[in-house]
Order: sequence, then structure tokens, then C-alpha cells
Amino acid sequence: MSSNDEYSDNEYYDEEDEDVYDMEDDGSASEMELDGTADYDPSRPSRKLYEVDYDTLTQEDVGRLMIADVENISGIFGVDPDIASLMLRWADWNKEKLIEKYMDNANAVSVAAGISPPEKAPEGRSQSSSSRQNALGPRRSSARRGAQDSVKSGKTKLMERISPPIEDAKFVCPICFDDTQTETLALPCEHKFCKSCWDAYITSKVRTEAESRIACMGEGCSLIAPDQFVRSALEDSETWERFQELLVRHFVSEMPNLKYCPYPSCTHTVSCPSATKSSLATTVPIVNCGASTTHSFCFGCNVDSDHRPVICAVAKMWLQKCRDDSETANWIKSNTKECSKCQSTIEKNGGCNHMTCKKCKYEFCWVCMGPWSEHGTSWYNCNRYDEKASVDARDAQSKSRASLERYLHYYNRWANHEQSKKLSVELYAKTEKKMEEMQVTSELSWIEVQFMKKAVDEVIKCRTTLMWTYGMAYYLERGNEKELFEDNQRDLERAVEDLSELIESPFDPEVIKTLRQKVTDKTVYVQKRNEIVLEDTAKGFQEGRWIWNVPVAGLD
Amino acid sequence: MTSTRRLQKELMDIQTNGTPVGIKLLSADDFQTWYFSIEVLGETVFAGEQFALKFRFDQQYPISSPAVQFVVDDKYKAPEHPHVYSNGHICASILGSEWSPVLTVIAVCVTLQSMLASCKKKERPVGNDRYVLHAPDNPKKTRFEYHDDTV
Ligand SMILES: [Zn+2]
Ligand SMILES: [Zn+2]
Ligand SMILES: [Zn+2]
Ligand SMILES: [Zn+2]
Ligand SMILES: [Zn+2]
Ligand SMILES: [Zn+2]
Repeated sequence: MSSNDEYSDNEYYDEEDEDVYDMEDDGSASEMELDGTADYDPSRPSRKLYEVDYDTLTQEDVGRLMIADVENISGIFGVDPDIASLMLRWADWNKEKLIEKYMDNANAVSVAAGISPPEKAPEGRSQSSSSRQNALGPRRSSARRGAQDSVKSGKTKLMERISPPIEDAKFVCPICFDDTQTETLALPCEHKFCKSCWDAYITSKVRTEAESRIACMGEGCSLIAPDQFVRSALEDSETWERFQELLVRHFVSEMPNLKYCPYPSCTHTVSCPSATKSSLATTVPIVNCGASTTHSFCFGCNVDSDHRPVICAVAKMWLQKCRDDSETANWIKSNTKECSKCQSTIEKNGGCNHMTCKKCKYEFCWVCMGPWSEHGTSWYNCNRYDEKASVDARDAQSKSRASLERYLHYYNRWANHEQSKKLSVELYAKTEKKMEEMQVTSELSWIEVQFMKKAVDEVIKCRTTLMWTYGMAYYLERGNEKELFEDNQRDLERAVEDLSELIESPFDPEVIKTLRQKVTDKTVYVQKRNEIVLEDTAKGFQEGRWIWNVPVAGLD
Repeated sequence: MTSTRRLQKELMDIQTNGTPVGIKLLSADDFQTWYFSIEVLGETVFAGEQFALKFRFDQQYPISSPAVQFVVDDKYKAPEHPHVYSNGHICASILGSEWSPVLTVIAVCVTLQSMLASCKKKERPVGNDRYVLHAPDNPKKTRFEYHDDTV
């Protein structure tokens, strides 16, 4: 168990310490401080160095952007909005490209976008005018298309052989052969099917294939169903909504300054024009979709978590490295280890790294398996890989082993924080139980025991930072800058482990007030240490202070 | 669900109009699994060989494609064709992305027959052994990359 004395050499902490003890029984001041820094608001004017400007959009907001583009094109080309929309989707919402192609050959665009069927033979009419008509007007009155279709291939001929004979009065749908179906629908190609088959087909496309491009069911037909058609075919309004969501997703994916929230079933979008490709060399654009505080993600890459402080390119490289080496490193991830003293198996069931063997009472560090006593007093450098010592000790022949060991040093710590984070669900549950207990055994109200939950929030947040600092440190060139980085990392790690241990230890109702003060103080301290790591690393990127031991994509 | 009525209609059609040359219905005992025999006529590398096709239908047929494969057992082998794996799975876009609900069982048979007929050299697809080792039971679960659009 660590005590406050351990930190007596730390200026920062001492300051805090005094502040807090001055307000002894109040305590609310430091909790207010907690609230103030727990979340960040993108609209807040005083943006921190490690934050970026962005906007959040709902699905309706994005829908309005789409409508603006559609109306724009619809006006320029003089076509129905539904037709303009199909053209825009075909052009991946690139208006300039669409206008250029359309001016060049309107007919070709209309065919390529699946609006009018390709005309093989002129059949005496002017080609362009007839397909233009298709594009604009409603369904053509039954033209003689059968002959044209059948010349295509033997397959089609065969299919027609088994098709029902065409009677004038009764329509038999060629898909379900249900002659009781009275409602039919067809695109301008005149491939007529019953409404319920269209419904089943569109539903299957939208629901199981997540496809918003609904091609005609006719064999080899490439016409695309416009929105009004889709809407009229669908019985189920949920499928129609899902269809619209797919359209929005497609639009967002084509816009470089927009990104869809990656969290399951979330429909918010973030706009972050400042996150340009070149900006990614110096900033980490972590954004939040605005639907929930947990919906944070990186605008610059596909890593779905907050990977600050390290930039996207290095984060990506590190994840790839971990994937490539996962087999060699797998054993570390395992949830159990043997006590190095008595060899009994120990299972890690909380987030704290201070382990005590139930059998022999040996206290050790889960990460390095070294005795905890060394950590407690001088904080033996658990976070820093002693490169020199290990390289010197080995001859050239075992260099690859040394490089694996070097990797494992960082990976081990990375995986450990990740593991602890994964156990956070249980930690929250345990903490909640504790908070209930506290209310029963002490005078504290529900609001007053919230300090526990805040502490857990902070620990989990900081473990994310710590994880990525190990990914970053692995690629940092040895030298003064790296040492300073690792000093900050160590200070944060030590503070986090300390707080983590404090919130997991059994509490004594007698000294609940003291505990509350202690936890609150330490939470504030951890917050500050995290700020320091994030700020200083961000500053380092802007100053070009970080030197890498490998080439990093996008940096030169 | 549409599948039963539609399959009834297809079966009736086969019974009244017969099947195209080289294609015979082996069994259609229910509306889940049908078997056909298939021969390639004329000048072909498969002259004199007979294959069997197995069709499996789900409730969504014909909105969703049938699962089609060549039968591989004591009696039948999969044709040695660059789009046919030795376990009978077939890499043909018509059974996947190009499937259309207006296609029929017979249309699929005819397409596969012409796929075999156009084959010049007997060989297995690249990576046959690796695929067969890990292939799912249902070929529809495989995401094939279609090697050429003529099939
Ligand atoms: Zn129908
Ligand atoms: Zn059509
Ligand atoms: Zn979200
Ligand atoms: Zn990123
Ligand atoms: Zn022990
Ligand atoms: Zn350690």
C-alpha cells in the first residue's frame, strides 16, 4: 500500500495537497474541479492543445445537406429531384464531376446512373430524346421491349419459355407466380413484378445486404429504383428509414470532411474540416458525435478509440505490429500468472497492478513480476525499457531475441492497461456496490459518494492514454526527449496505479471522510498528470520534437 | 413466403415441358433440395461424363439465390473446370452478385452447362486445395471473386 509520503518529493502534488487540506470538511471545491475537467466541450472557446474544432450533425442535418445538393443539380439539369439524386449517387456526390459528364453526354450519364435503359437499336426514333424522356417522365407506356431483351442470350429465351403466357386480363408475377396479386410495379424498363415481390426484394437488399442501390429485378437489367419507387414498394416504415440511413451513410462516406459515428446503431455524423491529411502529422483529431459522451473516435483514422497522445500513423503502425506479433506475445495477455515465490496460480480480477499472493502473501507487480516493495519506495523503472543493459548483455547472435524482448517490454505494458480497461465493467459494478454500502454505513448521500465513480472514470480514461504512450514510446528514438516523455508517462502511471489501488481496497466506515478526501485528491492529481502527458506530447508534435526510430508514413 | 408456390410452378413446368437436352431431373422430393444430372453435348473436354447438381432452397427463394453445387460422392465427381472446386463448389457470379429473382433452376442448369461447354482445358481453380480445406458446407457462405464475367 502506498502512502502520500511517497510523493513528498513531487512539487505538483504538494501544491494540490495543501489546497485540498485547507478546505478539509468542505471538499466540494475539489469535486467541482473534477466536474470541470471531466469532459470537454467542442464549442468551448479555450480549446486545449490536444483538442480539435468540430461540429456534430444529426441524420436530419446531413439529410438537409443532401437535399441542397439534389435541388441544386435538379435545378441545373431541369430534372426531377429523385432523378438528380440517382445521378449524384452514381457520381459519388461529386457535383463538379457530374456536371462535367452530364454536359458532355447527358444520355450516357442517364444510362450509367441506372435511370434510363440503354437503347440498342434506334428503332427509327431519335435516341437521345427518347431516353431523355425516360429520365424525366414517369413510366413509359408499354413499348415493345420483349424482342430486344430476348436477343441477349439463350438464358433469357429459356426463362421466357417458362414464363406464364401473357394474358391481357390477368397478370401473373414471374417471381412468385401468385396470380392473386393485383398491385404491380415497374421501372421505366417495364419489367413488371408484383408489389409484394418488390417489397421482399428491397427489404432483403436493405436489411441483409445494407445496399441502398436497388437494381431492377429483371435479369441483366441495370435500372436503379428511385426513392419514390422504393417508398411505394415498402410496407414497413422501418425498412424505409433504414434505407434513408444507408443513403446518408453513403453520402457521408464520400465527403472528406464528414465522418459517420462508428458506434453501433448511432446515426450521428461529425464534421471536422480542420482534420486534413497534413494536419494528421501533428494533431490527433479525437471527436465526439454528440449522441453520447462515450461516442468518441478518431476522425483521422479507423482506430475506434481515443488514441491520444500518439498520432494516427504511429498508432496504426503499433496496432499492426501487435497483430503481426500476436502469437509470440499471446502468453502475456493471459489472465493468469504464477506467483514467482510459491508458484501457485494467481488470477487478476481487478485493474490494480499491486498483487498479493493469497497463499504466501508475497506482494509483487503484475506487469514486471518484480517485488512490489521496489515499486513502492523508489519506483523502480517499471515503465522504461533498459535498452542499454539488455543489448550490452547479449552478443550479436541473440539480437533478434533482444528486439523481441524490447517489443515485449512495451507490448506487455500496453496489454496490461488494455486488460485493466476491459475489467472496468466489473470495476464499475464493484464500485457501485461499494457506493451503496457507503450510504448505508455512513452519513453520506448518493451525490456525496459519486467521488468513487468519478475516480473510476478517470482511471479508465488515463489507462487509455497510458496504453498509447507505450505504443508511442516503442517507436521513439532514444535520447533526452524520450526520457522526458517517459518521465511524464511514469508519473501518470504511478498516480493511476495509486488511485486504482485506493478505490479497490476495502474501506473502513470509520474513516470514510478521510477516504473520500484522499480519493478526491488523487483523482484531481491523476487528471493533472494526464493533462500534462496529453499537452506536452501535443506540443512536442507541433514543435517537431519527437524523433522516430523508424520511418513514419506521412512524415518527412 | 414465396418459395413453395414458385418452386411448385417451376416443377410443374419441368413436368409438362420437359428439360433442355443434356439436363435431367433426378429428384425433387420436397421444396428444399433438388438434384439434376447434367451432360455436356457436342465437342467438349467433358464428352461422355455425367455430373450431378444439387440445389438447396431457403424460404427467401427466389429473392435469395439457391445454393448450388456439383455432387461429389461414390457415383459423381465435380467436373475439372477452372471455376469448379473439387468439393463441388462453383465460382459463378450468377449464383452470387448477379443472381436475379427472375432466374429459374433450369436457367441455372443451362448456364452451368454452357460454362462447362466453353471449357478448353481441364484444370482446377487456383488455390483449390486451400479452399477445399476451409470451405463452409454451404457455398453461399463463400464470398467468391468472380474470375470472369462470361459465367
Ligand atoms: Zn410476385
Ligand atoms: Zn428492369
Ligand atoms: Zn455516436
Ligand atoms: Zn487516428
Ligand atoms: Zn505465492
Ligand atoms: Zn512493475
